[in-house]
Amino acid sequence: MSFFTAENLSIQFGGVKAVTNVSFEVERGEVFTIIGPNGAGKTTIFNLISLIYPPTSGRILFEGQEITGLAPHRVANLGIARTFQNIELFEHATVLQNLLIGRHTHRTTALWQELLFLPPVRRAEIAHREAAEKVIDFLDLQHYRDSFVAGLPYGVRKVVELARALTTGPKLQLLDEPSSGLNPEESDDMAFWIEDLKKDLGITVLMVEHDMSLVSRVSDRVLALNQGEMLALGTSREVQSDPRVIEAYLGKQE
Amino acid sequence: MRFYFKTDYAQDVRLFQDGVQVFWYVALAAALLALPVLLPEYLIGQMVFILIYCIIGAGMMLLIGYTGQISLGHAAFLAVGAYTEALLQARGVPFAVSLSAAALLSGVAGFIIGMPALRLKGIYLAIATMAFGFIVEEVITRWEHVTGGNSGKQLKQIDFFGIAIDNDARFYYLCLGLVAVIFLGMINLMRSPTGRAFVAIRDSEISAQSMGIHLARYKTISFAISAALTGVAGALYAHKVQFISPEQFNLLVSIEMATLVFIGGLGSFHGAVFGAAFIIALPQVIVFMKDYLPTAIAQQTGLQPTIFGLILIAFLIFEPLGIYGRWVKIRTYFSLFPFYRGGMFRRQKAYMKSDRLK
Repeated sequence: MSFFTAENLSIQFGGVKAVTNVSFEVERGEVFTIIGPNGAGKTTIFNLISLIYPPTSGRILFEGQEITGLAPHRVANLGIARTFQNIELFEHATVLQNLLIGRHTHRTTALWQELLFLPPVRRAEIAHREAAEKVIDFLDLQHYRDSFVAGLPYGVRKVVELARALTTGPKLQLLDEPSSGLNPEESDDMAFWIEDLKKDLGITVLMVEHDMSLVSRVSDRVLALNQGEMLALGTSREVQSDPRVIEAYLGKQE
Repeated sequence: MRFYFKTDYAQDVRLFQDGVQVFWYVALAAALLALPVLLPEYLIGQMVFILIYCIIGAGMMLLIGYTGQISLGHAAFLAVGAYTEALLQARGVPFAVSLSAAALLSGVAGFIIGMPALRLKGIYLAIATMAFGFIVEEVITRWEHVTGGNSGKQLKQIDFFGIAIDNDARFYYLCLGLVAVIFLGMINLMRSPTGRAFVAIRDSEISAQSMGIHLARYKTISFAISAALTGVAGALYAHKVQFISPEQFNLLVSIEMATLVFIGGLGSFHGAVFGAAFIIALPQVIVFMKDYLPTAIAQQTGLQPTIFGLILIAFLIFEPLGIYGRWVKIRTYFSLFPFYRGGMFRRQKAYMKSDRLK
């Protein structure tokens, strides 16, 4: 039984076939990357896994359990966290508050206790902060702990979003273009962190990425898509030298 | 400018940051307690209205300012609270029970209305809640054998555990106590997981969902709490004016309630208080000003709504953060003096937002 399985996933929006018959398996502890030109259906696959779209056909299994058909907010409880391509942070809150929202699935207190801020709530709040602080430490965000997200530079926001996802305590981390909009140095940091996620925290990573140097550096396996269909699956080197992948990116050689 | 050097997580969770803050809140409490001795009876009556509007403001702030859901039908919950109080008092139910019932019934009404309505967004939600407001107004007009229809309902004075609330000073203390309890509860809520879930929904529904927040449930909770607070305010309002009829709960009142939080400043309970004070005080100030204006202007019809409207527009253009935003700027100016810069609070251009998934 593999850790994560997508079985014959397809989704159609009206007449547009965004994803057709995509199947892949992700093993526990690996970094699995999906590549493909624009409009290949990469983010759509992420939205299918996040259960934002119901697939037209096919199933998704996580740790042997079928998750297609669950309510979207249940995904976080199962241990799947995600980041977004264009950053979806809570703008009018501080970095710490953003991370604390990531602790939502670990909530232990009831509404009436919170209204009175009883000792259990106080203890839980401190525990949430300790958990958030570990992630802040891991990603070197100490400096921004109490800054409002709205005023942070793009590169930092990208890291804050990863931090928020990690605070949920995921087993599978979905990263939607983690290096887009980052400068080479920040990109390099991101690569280190992805490696650390895998090695130190034992988190399985499923990502979508365009930067091929980052992809070949961190990924164990790569899946190439084009127009919603699978082109090639294998190690980064194998996929990059596959003639069909080269054709999809650069066109046919005359 | 003060800097907080935190050495302990408990410091992060505390209600007050430091002794200075405690001092100012104690001073505020002392001033509010001394007010009935200092002010004439009439102004205490106005203070009671401000406190009632503070409760409304707390509810609206929770819904609009923190959860980001608009409602233009909240006068309906004010009506539910007011009529529940009137009907129960007429049957001799003690005040503590009838007030709780008013809160509970409005809360339940909010919950039931919230469930379908909160699947809508933005302007559609505004219209749906407005429609609900019309329905309730119509029902209390027609349901004559219960509500008295257009001839309204009379209320007696409150008997609070044997103490007759027979003057404005006593009513003022009753309201002050309720306001203190309600605001403390709301502030507690906002520094707990539920409050953070509300803020998450306001700022980005899609990522709130991916953090495991059940959108429909939290929106409905927010709507229900806000409705319950409005119900409490409605019960107090009914006693304050001693006579209620359907036209006191029309669309204009709903709009006034929503305006309150915009003027006060979205996203802070301070703003709710400032907004409440503003909405009650402004008509009084305009009436007072009339004596000093040239007759040609002072006698104009529609002077009050015009001034009110102009001030509202001025706020939206020049101070979108409301009175609370202005207050923060002034405070920062003095604490940083002489280093305050003009552009300090200028809003930065937001980064590209992804196209929201509908």
